[in-house]
Amino acid sequence: MAELTIAGKTVEVTEDGFLVNPDDWTKEMAPELAKTEGIEELNEMHWKVIDFMRADYKEKGQIPTIRRMKNAGGIPIKELYNLFPQGPAKKAAKAAGLGKPQGCI
Amino acid sequence: MSEEPIKKVSIICAKGGLDEIYPSLIMANGARMDGIEANIFFTFFGLNAVLKKMVKNLTLSTVGNSALNLAMPMLKMPITMPFPTLLGAIPGVSNFASWLMKREMEKLDVPPVDEFLEMISDTGAGIYACKLAMDMFKVEKDDLVDEVEEVLTVGQFYEKAAGGPIIFT
Repeated sequence: MAELTIAGKTVEVTEDGFLVNPDDWTKEMAPELAKTEGIEELNEMHWKVIDFMRADYKEKGQIPTIRRMKNAGGIPIKELYNLFPQGPAKKAAKAAGLGKPQGCI
Repeated sequence: MSEEPIKKVSIICAKGGLDEIYPSLIMANGARMDGIEANIFFTFFGLNAVLKKMVKNLTLSTVGNSALNLAMPMLKMPITMPFPTLLGAIPGVSNFASWLMKREMEKLDVPPVDEFLEMISDTGAGIYACKLAMDMFKVEKDDLVDEVEEVLTVGQFYEKAAGGPIIFT
């Protein structure tokens, strides 16, 4: 575990740079977290993904799968891959302050 | 880690039972989720997975499947108990086993094959069918689900696979 200062707040992160505690996350951190994954700017659609992931995590206690983002979140898979290229589940989870998704799906 | 990460993978699915198709789909989808380029090539009996008329009706074989003991806990039996082949031959048993497997997959958020193909296609992976197998089984391009991008010869498949490992399942 390491500590990192993101958007003025010092939080615990994993060695991959995921927040250890999702409750540490603030909206201000998302753009900085996204930048570490090569996403320069968060647009409205990025936020739709992040907001859905946060809300679903709060409700279900687990990070939503890509299928769930499509079926329950109404976010088309093509769009997800455009917004968060090269690994949408992990990149979006990082920006949303959630842990690294562990599933195979 | 000093090893070079995998950038691309091409998967050949040559068998068409429900249990034989899922590994290819899961591996291709998993590759895309990690930013790895992926292709799937359906050949021989694997064509079943992309046939419009079969994609919703795929089954798990309960005859001659010597590892079915793994599924016995779903029937509240010990995992070491073999599933009798003669029982597996009774009409309806294969359908029941397939239904059971689909139900367990759904619990794990693994989609049915038709939805999975659509999802994988949307990730940007290439889905292809084998020309020779299609000629042998008298299958036309129109008989295949829309996600199949192209019908390929072996040579064309190798071209698509250039630069990455090939996995045969």
